[in-house]
Amino acid sequence: MNANDFLSGGFAPAPESTDHFEIKKTYDLYIGGKWVKAAKRFQTTNPANGEVLSEVALAGKKEVNQAVKAARKAYDEIWSKLSGAERGKYLFRIARLLQERAREFAVVETMDGGKPIRESRDVDVPLAAAHFFYHAGWADKLTYAFPGAEVSPIGVVGQVIPWNFPLLMAAWKIAPALACGNTVVLKPAETTPLTALKLAELFEDAGLPAGVVNIITGAGETGQSLVEHPDVDKVAFTGSTAVGKAIRRSVAGTGKKFTLELGGKAANIVFEDAAINEAVEGIVTGIFFNQGHVCCAGSRLFVQESVADKVIKKLQKRMESLVVGNPLDKNTDVGAINSASQLERIKELVKAGKEEGACIWQPSGGVPRKGNWFKPTLFTECAQSHRIVQEEIFGPVLAIQTFRTPREALTKANNTPYGLSGGVWTDKGSKIFKMTTGLNAGVVWANTFNKFDPTSPFGGYKESGIGREGGLHGLSAYCNLSH
Amino acid sequence: MSNLGIPKTYKLFIGGKFPRTESGRILKVRGPKGEFLANASRASRKDFRNSVVAARRASGGWAKSTAYLKGQILYRIAEILDGRTDQFVNELVAHGLPENKARAEVAEAVDLLVHYAGWSDKYQALFSTVNPVASSHFNFSSPEPSGVVVIVSPTRGSLPELVSVIAPAMVGGNAVVVLAGENALTAISFAEVLATSDVPAGVVNILTGHRDELVPEFAKHMDVNAMLLCSDDAEERQGVELEAVENLKRVALQPDRPLSPSPYHILDFQEIKTTWHPVGV
Amino acid sequence: MKTEVLPFPARRDSPAIDQVGVEERAQRFCARSLKKETKMSALKLAVTMLDVTTLEGADSVGKVRQMCQKAMRPLPGDPSVGPAAAVCVYPRMVKTAVKAVEGSKVRVAAVATQFPSGQMRLKERLGEVKYAVGEGADEIDMVISRGQFLQGEYRAIYDEVAACKEACGEARLKVILETGELTTYDNVRFASDMSMAAGADFIKTSTGKVPIAATLPVTLVMLQAIEDFYERTGRMVGMKPAGGISNAKLALQYLVMVREVLGPKWLTNDWFRFGASSLTNDLLMQIRKQETGRYQSGDYFSQD
Repeated sequence: MNANDFLSGGFAPAPESTDHFEIKKTYDLYIGGKWVKAAKRFQTTNPANGEVLSEVALAGKKEVNQAVKAARKAYDEIWSKLSGAERGKYLFRIARLLQERAREFAVVETMDGGKPIRESRDVDVPLAAAHFFYHAGWADKLTYAFPGAEVSPIGVVGQVIPWNFPLLMAAWKIAPALACGNTVVLKPAETTPLTALKLAELFEDAGLPAGVVNIITGAGETGQSLVEHPDVDKVAFTGSTAVGKAIRRSVAGTGKKFTLELGGKAANIVFEDAAINEAVEGIVTGIFFNQGHVCCAGSRLFVQESVADKVIKKLQKRMESLVVGNPLDKNTDVGAINSASQLERIKELVKAGKEEGACIWQPSGGVPRKGNWFKPTLFTECAQSHRIVQEEIFGPVLAIQTFRTPREALTKANNTPYGLSGGVWTDKGSKIFKMTTGLNAGVVWANTFNKFDPTSPFGGYKESGIGREGGLHGLSAYCNLSH
Repeated sequence: MSNLGIPKTYKLFIGGKFPRTESGRILKVRGPKGEFLANASRASRKDFRNSVVAARRASGGWAKSTAYLKGQILYRIAEILDGRTDQFVNELVAHGLPENKARAEVAEAVDLLVHYAGWSDKYQALFSTVNPVASSHFNFSSPEPSGVVVIVSPTRGSLPELVSVIAPAMVGGNAVVVLAGENALTAISFAEVLATSDVPAGVVNILTGHRDELVPEFAKHMDVNAMLLCSDDAEERQGVELEAVENLKRVALQPDRPLSPSPYHILDFQEIKTTWHPVGV
Repeated sequence: MKTEVLPFPARRDSPAIDQVGVEERAQRFCARSLKKETKMSALKLAVTMLDVTTLEGADSVGKVRQMCQKAMRPLPGDPSVGPAAAVCVYPRMVKTAVKAVEGSKVRVAAVATQFPSGQMRLKERLGEVKYAVGEGADEIDMVISRGQFLQGEYRAIYDEVAACKEACGEARLKVILETGELTTYDNVRFASDMSMAAGADFIKTSTGKVPIAATLPVTLVMLQAIEDFYERTGRMVGMKPAGGISNAKLALQYLVMVREVLGPKWLTNDWFRFGASSLTNDLLMQIRKQETGRYQSGDYFSQD
């Protein structure tokens, strides 16, 4: 039988085309509405095959300073004087332009970051556009958002975003900041700068006044200079808890406002009375969405002992049907690991899991030879004390534990310094509320998982962060309130 | 026949009880002319740790108690405080306050308690949303108490100051540990009010002691979810912020004076939880 | 083939179904992209799984004969296409169909049991089954009594399926749940579990006579029931979505779903069928398009 015969179980390649847009050989910094050269550059590569996609400018202290200055000027002279309605119109424009160029953004996102095109096309890009559209509408309605309080913009906002949802995080950060009347300096992650730079192109097309958004590329040092810049009034960061804490330290005593959106180790709790097949799908979405590079990933599965064997068996069967490979292929479910260093981190923790006595299981399929890859992975026989249970892996690795009673599930689920998200699967309504109210986490998915929406606030308890993004509650992160 | 008064022993208020400080140290409290008033307890770090344990133990039950009950209890505190006005006035006068001012302070504290009692079942509606997500899910966000909140009261620690920092955190379902200000006697007398107002043991814990000794401990403790610091001292503020980083404690910084009543002070010690559920049959 | 009848299952033994979750999952199969040889082989496979169907009051000997020709040789001149799995007719047309397909691999299925409503005494409905089998039907497509199901008389459904199975003798029994009338996925799941326990060889979504016929999610629920039943008993049960599957693209999405939920073992017409009348030509047009690179016109394909 032909290897691509339907009955063989495979798929003929179905790659998304890449010939309808351009990735420039080099990108400069977008500061004050102009493309500004920097002394140094760095490469951004496609993690699925190691190919260099482009060389982008490395912003140093000087350029950071320039960008903050441009943002300040735009704030003082233009943006703070514009009516909310006018600000909103710019955001609406941006949303529309992004929808129009959705395919291009999706493909570039996939090439630069390694995520499956199905996800960048169906999740990242449409949601990013939705965030602009949602916040556009708030711009002239902020007085209604905070009863009894007076609301004003903060000023210049420095934003540092991660590599797991590059465009979406840019939208999460920029849209509310602009809607609330602030100007922005944004630094995308060093491994995934391209969609943010393309977004700058789109701001030009939208006629957004110079300096309202400035995009500077670079690594940790660039981010640090931005965060520490004395003329930045507010810092917004999404990334690791370790870096988040460093940022929290650096803003201490400065009076800068901040929001931190950090790591997680979410418990996904499956009861025996759950809709089992949907729960299995939720577990898969919970941990294998975006290769598990998701701060709110359901990385700890708690399954009731009475159904553990059944659930694990179904889960393994489902994992056998996951297509791992070329992220640009429309049938790919699990793409490439974002960077070699992240792959190392995953491997290290998986090794620790094995050494600590957990049982590893992976599906039978292979992975491509070139690029950064890691198979979807399960660990059973996990103990609460294992590193794979306690530490954020940020990869496609699920640690499974069993429980006997709702109380035990809650206790174990909450037994972590993190508190970003959680999941509960049961068909019994009152149990859902018992569990969702009992979980110490900012987002709780009951009978679903990994759902996002611009109207829905997102953010963590405890060491998973401070503040919320999205929805009405997310607005307060970008406003000064007096009451 | 002489009638010798019976001076009160001012102790700490931890877990619903009035223990002496385990350290055996005292704070000598004197009147405006330097006359001896009382030996208050000078709480130690260990007393603080014990308070956090008591608060943690109480926090779950308090958070889960109904909003109606919380409102009733705050109102009850106001009732008891009002009934003891003369006692507080006498104490404040001993501290050097003119009587009319002392009376006004007690009345202000009572009013604050009544105000926040009324918020117990309303701030949730104000700060909750139903979010119209673009999928078949019911999605809502609502505030939940932060957990254990430690509070450094304004330096003076007048009754209104004390109540203005305790009431919003408490009515929001948090268990609190408060470092009282210089007005140690008022703080402990207020603790007696709390102890007779159906406030569950451990929901409010009140310490008297040296601010510079205890504030860093407040900020450092890993089992504390949030901290309120009323201070105008930039160094103290930064110190607290830095020590709070280790467990990403929420820090609310306020000026060194009473907080004017506002539901946003309740919101400072709330976490917003968003819940999703499919809508189907 | 002797099928063991299992005891009447308790409703609580059927797992809950979450509507939103199952519909999302079904939607995800639609994101699969079949290209080139994968697509071609799937299109050809789909043709062999057709139950080419006519169930009209106006059905006549001539109509049925023509349809049988199409089922046997869907694309005259290309023997790699087809034949279809079966023709599906009313009992009165069974004899005509049996004669028309004689010598081919095409089987004859008859709807029975007072299709489509089932609103008649069991005795008469079983008589219809026996009549159709006597006329030479290889397969019987029965309907369950949805009214009784919705009244909560579940046992009656189990009993009627078991009785029909017995009346079928050697013929294979397809049980039509009429999912559009059962309304909820929970009902569909329980009806599936009961039918399989009572001896169904196939479970089938719809009669095609009510507005809501086969959908991907309802089929997914039934496939999951089949999967769980197989895990528990080791017995394979077939699946037949029917009604509303009118184009090739949709048909391929069903096949992808079967492949991912049940595996390739179910990808033969012994275990999977499409109940459709207009799907055949769209599959043929797509096959031609794959071969020639040209989009096709209906004028080049026989309308039977």
